[in-house]
Amino acid sequence: MLNIIVISPFISALLIALVYLFNTDVKRYFFYTFMGVGSIFIITILSLLTLYETINGSGTIHTALFTWLSLGSFKIELAFMADRLSVVMISFITFIGLLIHIYAAGYMKDEEGYGKFFAYFNLFMGSMLLLVLADNPIIMFIGWELVGLSSYLLIGFYHQDAANIKAANKAFILNRVGDFGFIIALSLLFIALEGHGFTFDEIKANISLLDHSMLSLIGLLLFVGAMGKSAQIPLYVWLPDAMAGPTPVSALIHAATMVTAGVYMVARFSFLYIQIPDIGLFIASIGAASALFAAIIASYQSDIKKILAYSTMSQLGYMFIAVGLGAYSSGIFHVFTHAFFKALLFMGAGAIIIAMHHEQNIFKMGALRGRMKLVYITMLIATLAISGIPPFAGFFSKDAILVTAFAGEHYLIWTIGSLTAAMTSFYMFRLLFTVFHSPVEGRRALRNVPKSMTYPLVILAFGSATAGFLGVNEAYGGKMLINNFLSLPDTLHKLPHSTEYMIGALNVSLGFVGMLFAYKMFAFSKHEPTEELLFTRVASNKFYIDEIYEFLIIKPLVNMSHFIAKVIDPKIFDGFINLNVWFYLTASKLFTRLQNGKVRYYALYILAGVSGMSLFLIYKLGVAL
Amino acid sequence: MNTDPFFLLVTLLFSIGLVGIISRRNLFVVYMSIELMLSSINLLLATLSKVLGDASGSVMALLLIAVIAAEATLFLAIIIHLYKTKNSLDSDNFIDLKEIK
Repeated sequence: MLNIIVISPFISALLIALVYLFNTDVKRYFFYTFMGVGSIFIITILSLLTLYETINGSGTIHTALFTWLSLGSFKIELAFMADRLSVVMISFITFIGLLIHIYAAGYMKDEEGYGKFFAYFNLFMGSMLLLVLADNPIIMFIGWELVGLSSYLLIGFYHQDAANIKAANKAFILNRVGDFGFIIALSLLFIALEGHGFTFDEIKANISLLDHSMLSLIGLLLFVGAMGKSAQIPLYVWLPDAMAGPTPVSALIHAATMVTAGVYMVARFSFLYIQIPDIGLFIASIGAASALFAAIIASYQSDIKKILAYSTMSQLGYMFIAVGLGAYSSGIFHVFTHAFFKALLFMGAGAIIIAMHHEQNIFKMGALRGRMKLVYITMLIATLAISGIPPFAGFFSKDAILVTAFAGEHYLIWTIGSLTAAMTSFYMFRLLFTVFHSPVEGRRALRNVPKSMTYPLVILAFGSATAGFLGVNEAYGGKMLINNFLSLPDTLHKLPHSTEYMIGALNVSLGFVGMLFAYKMFAFSKHEPTEELLFTRVASNKFYIDEIYEFLIIKPLVNMSHFIAKVIDPKIFDGFINLNVWFYLTASKLFTRLQNGKVRYYALYILAGVSGMSLFLIYKLGVAL
Repeated sequence: MNTDPFFLLVTLLFSIGLVGIISRRNLFVVYMSIELMLSSINLLLATLSKVLGDASGSVMALLLIAVIAAEATLFLAIIIHLYKTKNSLDSDNFIDLKEIK
């Protein structure tokens, strides 16, 4: 079953690609949709069946496809493993992926490269499933790389515009930086294990072979990989630019695939991270910094998709706080709930963008509340969920993370987390109020949004509202179903229930404060960020991070390559070659003198040659003269 | 019989022919120099035939004279042809084998 789950998206991607390449001009809307959505539908059902089996206690499922490499006793098998963690992951990845595919069928309907789009989309899903279900880190790495590749293809989907290609390249190259750390970590791990097998189970069993410093190094380098994939400081700059892709792509990248890979990877290696709490604290600090930083930037953006992109980065920060502090199941739980409301937000944004004739600036929208009722209600639910207002999903997962931070006595991280929660609420409601409430001059006719784009919103809204109940804390009378089911090696702290209530109440009130501020500022008027205040200017320009990277990294690199191209290459390397050339030229000039065409000179050469040979013979034969 | 003068003569004739080829530009003189060298070789063959008491050297010399006579016709024909093309007998005018500029 696992084999089919992983392979079928790849097969359908291949089929769609072949049919598409056969004739790119023919519109085969039905075929592409049938293949692209159908394959995901099948694997969704299979994934849910797997989940059902696992809940009924079938234990970890292992399946092997074939042996990829066999080097003596060492083997790399293309094998899949579905333990509780990966089963939870594939369930929501395929389910939300399916909804996004259905949505995309409506969103992309009139596009030129409809078939190409679905080929890439299925490839993306397949790569993510390969990553999640991998039985050993090498297969996981292949999935990891394929996810990077397919995100590159999709971000650069509108390749007619050079800026989009630049964004795609940026995503790909920054991910490469992270992957570099990841592959070094895997190599170190492999060497340190001294050939005791390289599947996750075997690594887990032999992890005691590694000393503490080695574990720390591996943990740190693995996290560098996660930084790239999951858009954390300092490797996050690709994420906002990735908005260049079509909106369903953003939804898929931000909700179900790609960015969650880093969190999943840390949770997958939880047996390793549990032994190095120092590195964990570092991860949590990076997460907290990213969460706050992204929230500040998001509060000053005016592009609807960029706001959502920064909000993803901020929420990923929460996830890394959780997994860094050892609360792996809380992290995965937040990944799970976040997938619902973030997919919903992006798909709602996509519907608005389509309706507004591809307008993305929120300050050019307004008063859409009455005109797009369904989108408004679903977006409202998602916004409430992401802002951590109970009983919506985000409250429970975010609360669990903040409780962990507080209970672990990491008060600074907890403070930043709470502050970010207030800001999250602020910028999300800022978006909501500006788009749906604020007055607008001159109504434009809205374009029709197809049904296939709105029905998934309803399902996701239902999920955003209820998914949180799967992981309700004991303090709120829940059983923490998802945490118990995942059975990851969590670091547990016990807090009195009263403290938990206080933290929860604080979060909720902070959420409401943010909402109120947003309501006052944006519900009645358009409050576009002006460039007057220094802070506003800096924040709306994303803290000039891109420019700083440009100055610190790109410029020196460019200058260095210019130096090499203009000085070292022509003067030193070419100089050496040119010296050889000069030698040959001079020699040839000398020899062309000899070849002057005059017979008598040639006769002289013959004479010289014969004389020389004669002398040589006389010398060799020892003739006495 | 003292053969040294014969060898000396051979060497002398050959050297004169060689120097003639190298230093003179008139095609006829070049031709004559070549003939001189061939004659010196003929003389060498005849002398060695006498010294070694083997007639085959003399036979070879006789055959060579016939070959040289045939070769002379060819050579003169070539000279005439060269003269026709360039109106000159100076070998330095015939430098078509020089490097291509």
